Amino acid sequence: MTTRAVGEQRTRTRPARRAALGAGLLGALAVLALFVVLSVCVGSVSLSPSVLLDVLAHYDPTNGDHLIIGTMRVPRTVVGLVAGAALGLSGAVMQGLARNPLADPGILGVNAGASLTMVLGISAFGVTAFSGYVWFGFAGAAAAGLLVHRIGSFGRDGATPVKLALAGAATSAALGSLTTAILLTDTEAFDEFRFWQVGSLANRELAVVAQALPFLAVGAAAALVCGRLLNILSLGGDVARSLGVNLAVAQGIAALAVVALCGAATAIAGPIAFVGLAVPHAARVLTGPDHRWILPYSMVLAPALLLAADVLGRVVAPPGEVQVGVVTAVVGAPVLVSLVRRRKVAAV
Amino acid sequence: MTGDALAGQGLRLGYDGREVVRDLTVAIPRGVITAIVGPNACGKSTLLRGLARLLVPDAGRVLLDGRDIHAMPTRAVATRLGILPQHPIAPEGLTVTDLVGRGRHPHHGWLRRWGADDDRAVADAMRVTSTLDLAERPVDELSGGQRQRAWIAMALAQRTGVLLLDEPTTYLDVTHQVEVLDLLTDLNRTDGTTIVMVLHDLNLACRYADHLIALRDGEVVATGTPSDVVTRDLVADVFDLPSVVVPDPVSGTPLIVPIGRHHTEVLPGPPPTTALPVPELAEPRRESRSE
Amino acid sequence: MTAVLDERNAVRRVASVRRRGIRRGRTVGLVLAALASGLVLLELSLGSVTLPPDDVLAALFGTATPQAEYIVGEVRAPRALTGALAGAAFGLSGAIFQGLVRNPLASPDIIGITMGASAAAVVAIVVFGATGAPVSVSAFCGALGTATLIYVLAWRRGMSGYRLVLVGIAVAAVLSSVVSYLMTRAQVRDAQQALVWLTGSLTARTWTDVAPLAVAVVVLVPPAVLLASGLRPLQFGDDAATGLGVRVERHRLGLIVVAVALAAAATAAAGPVAFVAFVSAPIARALVNGNGPALVPAAFTGAVVLVGSDLVAQHVLELVGIVALPVGVVTGVLGAPYLLWLMSTTNRTGRA
Repeated sequence: MTTRAVGEQRTRTRPARRAALGAGLLGALAVLALFVVLSVCVGSVSLSPSVLLDVLAHYDPTNGDHLIIGTMRVPRTVVGLVAGAALGLSGAVMQGLARNPLADPGILGVNAGASLTMVLGISAFGVTAFSGYVWFGFAGAAAAGLLVHRIGSFGRDGATPVKLALAGAATSAALGSLTTAILLTDTEAFDEFRFWQVGSLANRELAVVAQALPFLAVGAAAALVCGRLLNILSLGGDVARSLGVNLAVAQGIAALAVVALCGAATAIAGPIAFVGLAVPHAARVLTGPDHRWILPYSMVLAPALLLAADVLGRVVAPPGEVQVGVVTAVVGAPVLVSLVRRRKVAAV
Repeated sequence: MTGDALAGQGLRLGYDGREVVRDLTVAIPRGVITAIVGPNACGKSTLLRGLARLLVPDAGRVLLDGRDIHAMPTRAVATRLGILPQHPIAPEGLTVTDLVGRGRHPHHGWLRRWGADDDRAVADAMRVTSTLDLAERPVDELSGGQRQRAWIAMALAQRTGVLLLDEPTTYLDVTHQVEVLDLLTDLNRTDGTTIVMVLHDLNLACRYADHLIALRDGEVVATGTPSDVVTRDLVADVFDLPSVVVPDPVSGTPLIVPIGRHHTEVLPGPPPTTALPVPELAEPRRESRSE
Repeated sequence: MTAVLDERNAVRRVASVRRRGIRRGRTVGLVLAALASGLVLLELSLGSVTLPPDDVLAALFGTATPQAEYIVGEVRAPRALTGALAGAAFGLSGAIFQGLVRNPLASPDIIGITMGASAAAVVAIVVFGATGAPVSVSAFCGALGTATLIYVLAWRRGMSGYRLVLVGIAVAAVLSSVVSYLMTRAQVRDAQQALVWLTGSLTARTWTDVAPLAVAVVVLVPPAVLLASGLRPLQFGDDAATGLGVRVERHRLGLIVVAVALAAAATAAAGPVAFVAFVSAPIARALVNGNGPALVPAAFTGAVVLVGSDLVAQHVLELVGIVALPVGVVTGVLGAPYLLWLMSTTNRTGRA
């Protein structure tokens, strides 16, 4: 009798919970849409949403307002959407895979790898166009990510959180030193690099996004497939294996998703702190520990955060602009601090 | 010295505003082994932490040898009362001798350094716990039973009259459980050490404890010697468990035989009609780590 | 009779194990100290004018030519001493933090304290166009301020190492993006000067750099060594430490203050040299065979690492045709692979 009661309760609450989570996701999408509109309309020249409707109806390249939207605001917003979604997804996968709440492109050495190859590209190969950056940044991000994972998996018990984080920090420091070594000897490269390094959505061409699109698509597909796997992987390697998961394949898919998404996002927008770290944390608070929900929530909330930060950066210090990477760090850090303070976090 | 070794009066204990124990009064008799028993999340470990001054009570006080424990310097307390927490952490690579040696910390001031009596205390503790052969082994490479003995040795090197242990037998196989409890009994019998431990296993508690404190929902349900206290009614009351209590064929102490849903009681004992009704399956309580 | 014999054997055994550990610690300490002094002497003798060791010693005792005395006393000694003292301070600070938090990641360069120094220094360089002593002073204040902020933010009915690390990383991320932002606002020349500072460099140090650092080390090392006795029980976790009579919060705060001040002083003098605080303690612990937090060996290791790296930066790179680089580049490039090797050979990992 008791077991039946429990069973009934479960069947009753499950769809209710699913409905609530689904509604929440729709709400998050609405928030995202709001920030898309804001991102298109707000800036040094503020435009009313009616102009946006105008542009959608019939784009007029001779109209100055239309031109601003078409050539500046829309590409910028698209870059924000794409980079944000990629960062959010990759952060969620990384945290689930590493079972490490600290997992973040910055901490696992991915940004450092992208930076180094970027600087090499600028300094040694004279690359200046952003379309050229992408490939260098991507290669560096992927190589560093794989290297860190490889090193972190040495030893008896595989890639434990501490070992991964240590490997990431060590790799970051080493690559960062190399990067600095190049920058110190090449003033021009440094001059280029410092504007990429801060992390920004401005002045990125849509062609760059188009180039990165295959990676983003593959990465997003792999990430979204991962939900169920991550739920099991988050119980630890031994449990996952005993539940019939092929550990190497599962970790491979997840790692592929992380490298593709993170590398592409970093290449497009530069190293952006905190979005990949803070958003999955926040998503987990909203959804509970089910990765099938954490992943889509992260994918929607991260671009919302990124666009909001970008809009904020445009209006906070006129006539200049504060780059989005700075804003996300300043906005994201208090969120993380409050999460850390509120939640009873177990030791790593 | 006479009187209770340790006493809690009107204790209210909790974490982050969540009250676990309220208005609880207990007395720990001197020179005997006391076991605190009860179901998960009943406040056993919280009480032990309160008695060991690891948790500051929101109300009430803890008396060690008749003095308020929070009014005494913590180092002075540490020379009279030792505590072995449930999950102590050994830094990696630390050898057993070093671990045990750190138990001498409370006996060292800012200036007083290691002396011959420290060596003697460490050697005694290691001899009693049979950890001498492990002297140079790193703690993190020991087996569960060896590691627990090493930690007990550390607590012994502290040379305190009162020793508090939080589930000293968790993660140990039955051989090592008995070994650890025998060791604690030796200590009590030879040195008169007052021992207080939280124990999960009711039967082992009955066999090894002279004094039993049964808790439920943060309140004391019964105290006394196991033979006086442990009855099928108490077990039903504290654990929601229908059972038969028979004399332990080895020690004569009470032995609890749980009944469960798939068995009915056969022999000995009263006829089945008087068996206690099977209680509703309670919501399984999650054992919280910080209990 | 046999029982008495057993007892005596046991005491003897324990004492011998303990003495062996102490002996090993002392030997390691002495060897490291000798190595550090040797490297300092080497740094004093090498350069555009290479002086033989006896000339260096003569200069130190004031019996050499004025030229040699100037080179050794005014040019090379401040640099070498800054390196040795800053390295020792970094090593000690890292050992305290890593021991306290029981996490090899928790060195001051990872949990944001040196980042605070960096941000303050970059503000001084880029916004106020400062050079020299004001940069050091603002770096020192930045480190202390950041550490206070991190401590306050991480405090919630007591401290947890995990919260300290997470909050530290959060603060470090904000500060590093502030640094990046300032870099985009500055003239290239200023930005590049800031970059050199951010890398960590011992170039052109004078006695005015050495003096405050030396004072800091002299003032801070005794409390560090005294407080170390409480660090050992603290490594067992808060409950066990309280059981052993340690006033956990007070003791931890004392250790943090000392460690932060050491890191701040070292960063102010040499810049946030990568990796020295991070690697010194693991190396020292491996050398003394893992017993205890090994504070003094970690300090000597830090000095060896920093001075040795400076020698490489100044002299070895030239041999392979690379211009002299700031020491921070070398510590990063040399330190990281060492740590990776350490991690791949020993699969012992920290739990927390």
